[in-house]
Amino acid sequence: MRGRLLSDSFHHRLSLALLGVAVLALPAAWYYVFLVAPTERTMGTIQRIFYIHLPSAFLAFLCFFVVFLASFGYLLTRRLAWDRVGVSAAEVGTVFCSAVLITGPIWAKPVWGIWWTWDARLTTTLILFLIYVAYLMLRMYVTESDRRARLSAVVGIIGFVDVIIVYKATDWWRGQHPERVIGGGGLDPRMWLGVVWAFFGLLVFAALLFLQRYRLESMRAELTELARRARV
Amino acid sequence: MDTWRVCLAVFRKDLIAEWRTKEVITTIFLFGFPVSVAFSFAFESPLAGGEARTFAGGLLWLAFFFAAILGLTRSFARETANQCLQGLRLIPADRGGIYLGKLLSNLLFMMVAELVLVPIFGVFFDVTLWARPGWFLLILVLGTWGVATLGTLLSAVSANTRMQELMLPLLLLPLTVPVLIAAIECTAVLLNNRPMAEARHWLQLLTGFDIIFTLLCWLLFDYVIQE
Repeated sequence: MRGRLLSDSFHHRLSLALLGVAVLALPAAWYYVFLVAPTERTMGTIQRIFYIHLPSAFLAFLCFFVVFLASFGYLLTRRLAWDRVGVSAAEVGTVFCSAVLITGPIWAKPVWGIWWTWDARLTTTLILFLIYVAYLMLRMYVTESDRRARLSAVVGIIGFVDVIIVYKATDWWRGQHPERVIGGGGLDPRMWLGVVWAFFGLLVFAALLFLQRYRLESMRAELTELARRARV
Repeated sequence: MDTWRVCLAVFRKDLIAEWRTKEVITTIFLFGFPVSVAFSFAFESPLAGGEARTFAGGLLWLAFFFAAILGLTRSFARETANQCLQGLRLIPADRGGIYLGKLLSNLLFMMVAELVLVPIFGVFFDVTLWARPGWFLLILVLGTWGVATLGTLLSAVSANTRMQELMLPLLLLPLTVPVLIAAIECTAVLLNNRPMAEARHWLQLLTGFDIIFTLLCWLLFDYVIQE
């Protein structure tokens, strides 16, 4: 079929491979995170939610960056495959962004004593979530595939540029989130390893989700095309 | 050169259309007015401590934002009737000019409605917004411009969808959060009689936002209205 990036059999093999790795890597990561990594001294065991929270945040940003690139890709080449990459990444990103927004308050209540605060990173993540939900909503209400791809690519580009400014604005406005850990050196090496494990496991899982979502979108497009031809 | 001619032509067309129908300015005003009144029930309640004055800057901008969204929806929704948008597409020149013309007219309509709302707001909430008129006008222009840049582009986006009126606020509100925060902070500095130097980085942020998004939207507009 024209416009398809992966052949059926390759998609099948790649999915199986990713599934295999995810089935091994995720339980291994959770085993390491819950049983091997040391318990944090002041926060106690609740700190372990951080191993889901931080990698999910990374993955959400990664996915939204892919949406940004795919939006450019579509506007420059007009290949619908880019649009499918965009919507798949946006959906997977929204799922991980929700995970960040749900795990955050669960951690914050016992540690900060409050569920939510209008800190820069929290606010930005929430706005990010709203922007990509709006992106997905927009797609639901445009029927023609070319127009849908064009309009959502425009929003995909604007949304990403905007997030950078949202972060700057909310950073000046408030600041409470625990300091960045990357390069800080304050983290036990075993904790770091836990983050790396969890990130790897979730990354493979995200890739699997992305691949299935992409495939679903291609099949949908093919079906629409076939239905159109059958009518003519 | 072409871009400017298109821009001015679209601006003139919008002014004439607005002069005849008066729909955008009246919509913004007639929505902003009752919203300001409604805010007083929430914030002037004796149980809430009657401290609406402290929030006045925020309330003012929220009223502007909500009202502006209604006005902006009209901006391209009115072009869908009688295939006006098709006519605009046929302009044999840079389509970015259409965006700039629309941006100018939206900016003007919003400013006019806001300038009428400001004194009313001042009376209701007992605040003097015009103690430093130059600064106030600057904040008003920068904030309104920020909403208008994205608002004009997204108005065109939502006019292309099946649920026109609903799509614009969904897209516009999260994207204009930096404008909302910065404009509210600037107004708070102004209202609390603090030196304007405290609002300097907010004014810079607003200016930066306005410039970045005016350019970006101008570049992307062509993709939005293509057939």
